[in-house]
Amino acid sequence: MAANRIPRVPVREQDPKVRAHNFEEVCYGYNKEEAMLEASRCLHCKNPRCVASCPVGVKIPDFIELVAAGDFAGAAAKIAEDSSLPAVCGRVCPQETQCEGSCVLGVKFEPVSIGKLERFVADWTFAQGEKAVEAPKCGGKKVAIIGSGPAGLACAYDLAKMGYDVTIFEALHKAGGVLEYGIPEFRLPKEKVLKRELQDVIAAGVKIETDVIIGRTVTIDTLMDQEGFEAVFVGTGAGLPKFMGIPGENFNGVFSANEFLTRNNLMKAFRDDYRTPIHAGQKVCVVGGGNVAMDAARTALRLGAETTIVYRRTEVELPARKEEVHHAKEEGIDFQMLTNPVEIMGDEKGWVRALKCVRMELGEPDESGRRSPVVIPGSEFEIPTETVIMALGTSPNPLIARTTPGVESNKRGCLVADEAGATTRPGVFAGGDAVTGAATVILAMGAGRKAAAAIDEYLKNK
Amino acid sequence: MFKILEKKMLNPTICKMVVEAPRIAKAALPGQFLIVRADEPGERIPLTISDYDREKGTVTIVIQPIGASTRSMVNDFEAGDSFADVAGPLGNPSEFVKMSPEELAKQKVVFIAGGLGTAPVYPQAKWLHEHGVSVDVIIGARTKDLLIYEEEFKPVVDNLYMCTDDGSYGFKGVGTARLEALVAEGKTYTQAVAIGPMIMMKFSVLTCKKLNIPIWVSMNTLMVDGTGMCGACRLSVGGVTKFACVDGPEFDGYLVDFDEAMRRSAQYKAEEGLANGSK
Repeated sequence: MAANRIPRVPVREQDPKVRAHNFEEVCYGYNKEEAMLEASRCLHCKNPRCVASCPVGVKIPDFIELVAAGDFAGAAAKIAEDSSLPAVCGRVCPQETQCEGSCVLGVKFEPVSIGKLERFVADWTFAQGEKAVEAPKCGGKKVAIIGSGPAGLACAYDLAKMGYDVTIFEALHKAGGVLEYGIPEFRLPKEKVLKRELQDVIAAGVKIETDVIIGRTVTIDTLMDQEGFEAVFVGTGAGLPKFMGIPGENFNGVFSANEFLTRNNLMKAFRDDYRTPIHAGQKVCVVGGGNVAMDAARTALRLGAETTIVYRRTEVELPARKEEVHHAKEEGIDFQMLTNPVEIMGDEKGWVRALKCVRMELGEPDESGRRSPVVIPGSEFEIPTETVIMALGTSPNPLIARTTPGVESNKRGCLVADEAGATTRPGVFAGGDAVTGAATVILAMGAGRKAAAAIDEYLKNK
Repeated sequence: MFKILEKKMLNPTICKMVVEAPRIAKAALPGQFLIVRADEPGERIPLTISDYDREKGTVTIVIQPIGASTRSMVNDFEAGDSFADVAGPLGNPSEFVKMSPEELAKQKVVFIAGGLGTAPVYPQAKWLHEHGVSVDVIIGARTKDLLIYEEEFKPVVDNLYMCTDDGSYGFKGVGTARLEALVAEGKTYTQAVAIGPMIMMKFSVLTCKKLNIPIWVSMNTLMVDGTGMCGACRLSVGGVTKFACVDGPEFDGYLVDFDEAMRRSAQYKAEEGLANGSK
């Protein structure tokens, strides 16, 4: 079959002019016909590089073959063998650097739209209504999962399927971690998608206790010594915001992306029926170039602000997903590349009035292989703005390391764990951003799954 | 859900609630706070813990309606109702809790309490009293009707000094003036602690500087999550940015930039005005 002669099937999206004013999902996803046509493009490589570059090893050509044949339930079952959150991953994975990035078709043509196909299968499954779920096996040993983000959910789901008695402890009032507080509605709808994925995890027998801050409300020692948990997985993510350390960062109107997004996503500030205040104003500058920067900028835009993204390297180095950058541009966000803030200027009342920046040029590559930006002398200028949002990355919360004897962290504040997730304390495992520093949803899920296997091994031999 | 077991108006605006929260009651220490989200549309409100009962599994909070969410907590919730979320205890316990018995034995402590801040002084005074430390408490309010917690404090302090701005009860004048008068009478203190409105804490620090008494202040900043995630609570302490939620809430008063902290606290005033009217 001449799979390469069929062009990649475009996905339908909300008109950029319309969606710039609402929080509805940008992408509508494939319908059956589009999905089956796109699925027919897969070459079914003997050594599928896409599978090798998927952190959880989804059997991509197998599920795509089932989609092409119209067996969507079969495709869903195939994905479920390896992933507990397909509707999320189909939407937020950086496919262009993983599965799609290594798709052979992509060498000469466009890669198979694997993410959109995964999303289609997951959404089709939701549309069929409640799944007939196997009654959860009970009576296994107790395992505590700290944090209900992607790492914790993936770990909990696998352990529950193995028959363990799993409880997730979540510090916030809603489960989902970064999927709930970080990623906006227009990229990951909470009711339609996240809630359904969480329901599947709960249906597998996982209990979720919200409002429990491990290290404060209860310690890991108490969980293990008094509450009967025989193993613990720490998937607490990287939640602490970074600031630049430039003058003026404490002026009113300077926010971390975490605060801005948490107010809007977790606390639903964009909805009139919620009481949460949020401040954007007429003009917003977002500093940073990752997915969080794109999310913050596009949220500010939707709240009615003219929005600029300030990034110190060029567009090529933007760490955000390509699709997000493309969407942000379509929606009218201004990109100031090779630009670095040096000071935040305030008015006499202590509110932000401008972001003072310098222009940069790219110098020699640094240790990460990226060319480091160098200041162009005398290039200082001001961007008038009411609000500055810092989206510079995040680091892990030190609470667990500080309150759990025997669990070590490194100088970046990341928990020390081996490949399988074992920390320096027997019975305590960790994975995801808490170990790696801020990374992606799918890498966290991969780490959660590996740790689940390691916990199973540990408890069998205990 | 977290059931409200008891609700009592302490004065025309300030409301005390005893809430069932066994995990928090078990872990709480003086100086810590918790976050309450009353219901689905409500904000996450940081409230200092005013008491805890490990046996009964309850915590006591004291609320003053300031924004839309706190007003709803006071007006729409009665004993028997439940809050959707209560999370904590958050922040670091008071420095006293970390002291050795020898260090504690040397302490002569004075608390300056104002308004809503009177309530969280109570568990600290009680804790110190139980540990044999000499404790004086100065409670200030504009007028007699606004004074709270007088009866509660009596059994746990060495001396209780009530002050009103208008002289309608106790000493006529602000708490800091009372402290100056006490020191002039020959009282000595090794440590002061001020809890109350930021402006009151700012002036308490100025007075203590003058009197050469070290002072801790409990910073009631804006917060969203209360766990170090949002940075809304950041403040300058000795020229360094700190997060009130994880580095505090208590700080060395001499080092806190109160003017910045007060300005930052008013950050959402315009938006809150809208919320008060329309939501």
